[in-house]
Amino acid sequence: MYQSKWRSLTNHVILILGSLFMIMPVWIAFASSTHTREFLFQNGLQFLPGGHFFENYGKILFDQSATKGRVTALQMLFNSMVLGLGFAIGKVIISMMAAYAIVYFRFRLAMPLFWVIFATLLLPLEVRIVPSYEVVAKLGLLNSYTGLILPLIASATGTFFFRQFYRSVPDELLEAARLDGAGPWRFFIDILVPLSVTMIAAIFIIMFVVGWNQYLWPLLMTTDDQLYTIVIGIKQVYNSLYEGGQIPQFPKAFALTIMASIPPVLVVVIFQRMFVRGLVETEK
Amino acid sequence: MKRVQFGHSPVPYLFVAPQIIIIAIFFLWPAAQAVHQSFLLEDAFGMSSQFVWFRNFEDVLSSPSWLKSAGFTVVFSTLVAVLSIAISLFLAVRADEVIRGAKVYKTLLMWGYAVAPPVAGLLGIMLFNPLMGDLYILFNKMGLDFNHIQNGNDATFVVVLIAVWKQVSVNFIFFLSGLQGIPKSVTEAATLDCKSPERRFWTITFPLLAPTTFFLMVINLTYAFFETFGIIDVSTKGAPGGATATLVYKVYVDGFLGADMGGSSAQSVLLMIMVSVLTVFQFRFIERKVHY
Repeated sequence: MYQSKWRSLTNHVILILGSLFMIMPVWIAFASSTHTREFLFQNGLQFLPGGHFFENYGKILFDQSATKGRVTALQMLFNSMVLGLGFAIGKVIISMMAAYAIVYFRFRLAMPLFWVIFATLLLPLEVRIVPSYEVVAKLGLLNSYTGLILPLIASATGTFFFRQFYRSVPDELLEAARLDGAGPWRFFIDILVPLSVTMIAAIFIIMFVVGWNQYLWPLLMTTDDQLYTIVIGIKQVYNSLYEGGQIPQFPKAFALTIMASIPPVLVVVIFQRMFVRGLVETEK
Repeated sequence: MKRVQFGHSPVPYLFVAPQIIIIAIFFLWPAAQAVHQSFLLEDAFGMSSQFVWFRNFEDVLSSPSWLKSAGFTVVFSTLVAVLSIAISLFLAVRADEVIRGAKVYKTLLMWGYAVAPPVAGLLGIMLFNPLMGDLYILFNKMGLDFNHIQNGNDATFVVVLIAVWKQVSVNFIFFLSGLQGIPKSVTEAATLDCKSPERRFWTITFPLLAPTTFFLMVINLTYAFFETFGIIDVSTKGAPGGATATLVYKVYVDGFLGADMGGSSAQSVLLMIMVSVLTVFQFRFIERKVHY
């Protein structure tokens, strides 16, 4: 395609500026997290890394007294991992099954159940947050992984995704399978699941990131420090920045911020192709 | 639906059961609870409650703080949606044109999707920290008299900036895939007919991207409504004086921190209605897009 030199040059300038716009805040946070808090307090935020990387990160990862809640960042990372994986696995399994029933079976309650599932798209958790909290409290699920993960799975985005995909699967497959005497279980396990592997991977990646980044629900659910996810940990540290009249603990807050971002960002960058495909397909 | 299906049997009920059970417990029950509570008025100690018809709704709709929050939500959502769409469309068009380094640029512009909103909020508010924030210091050196802690407009600027930063990557991904969906023959014919890239964009590319843009408008409005909760809670907390509290943030503040259950539930119900309208609108549009 014809392109003038000038256009090509401005393209690069604009894209570099755009990339800098995205990266600068994170870079400043990283550079600042490797200095002592006294140094930051006197000299402001830093553009160049300092010499306290291992000291700051090591302390926050392994030393319980480093965070207000007496919980190490390692524990918080573990909790986030449980939430991210639990959310993704739960969502994939549940929505694959529900979509299978809706697409491949003729049954009386198919339409009403479909509308019930659809209705969850209308009301995000944020809107019904207070009653949801009460329900989970009544069930005695506060401060548990179950209470953390299950209510988040209730929404139906995944079900719609798989419904869309199943409908694009040729009908002949089911006809052939039935001629060969395969029942509903066999068809699902031996044909449909293997066929959906790339779709499963794509949606799994997205759901992991979405689960890892949950904020409002874990914030309400977890009063026990040992169950804090890393995203909640950031807020706790940030809230206690100015406590005790000491010099504010900016490096600590920055270090947590960086650690909270690394796993989901890595997942997105490594599986970029799958992730983009999943995202563009789901939202359709 | 499929032409070929399995016949009547209990099997499909087993397959939908997990999802339906979870929805019933964690969705239908709380939603019903919210509607029920929105008609109740609790006494000061939460010991007894009384059925008051639509009084909670009247109170909410006539309260200045709710109206203020509604006004802010409209302004905030519009700004966030328009700005982030404009910026990412601009970047996506350029990223689609470059040949050298295309992959690197794409990665650099799309990783932001993985950043949690509260993380974005924290990064942003640090840059505006009055003690050491680079942007705060820069703006004041430029003589802008910038103070987001006291001035509502400045605070709005800060949350909009953070929310836009967080959303650019998602829009970028959609625009880029939209651009790559435009047939090469169309772009090549356009290049032959029209040398100016700007005119080509407005007469060919932009109309072809209109469905994507419209769809992203809805996505972005929903994002600005709900997902910015984390950003606001970590950055301004709705300060100064509720000038940056979105409706969702207000539900949380009134319900959990203020313990006004009836009022908070009424707010939830109002929000539910608004979102339902938005979602139905989105689905109607998507149906049309499929036929088109």
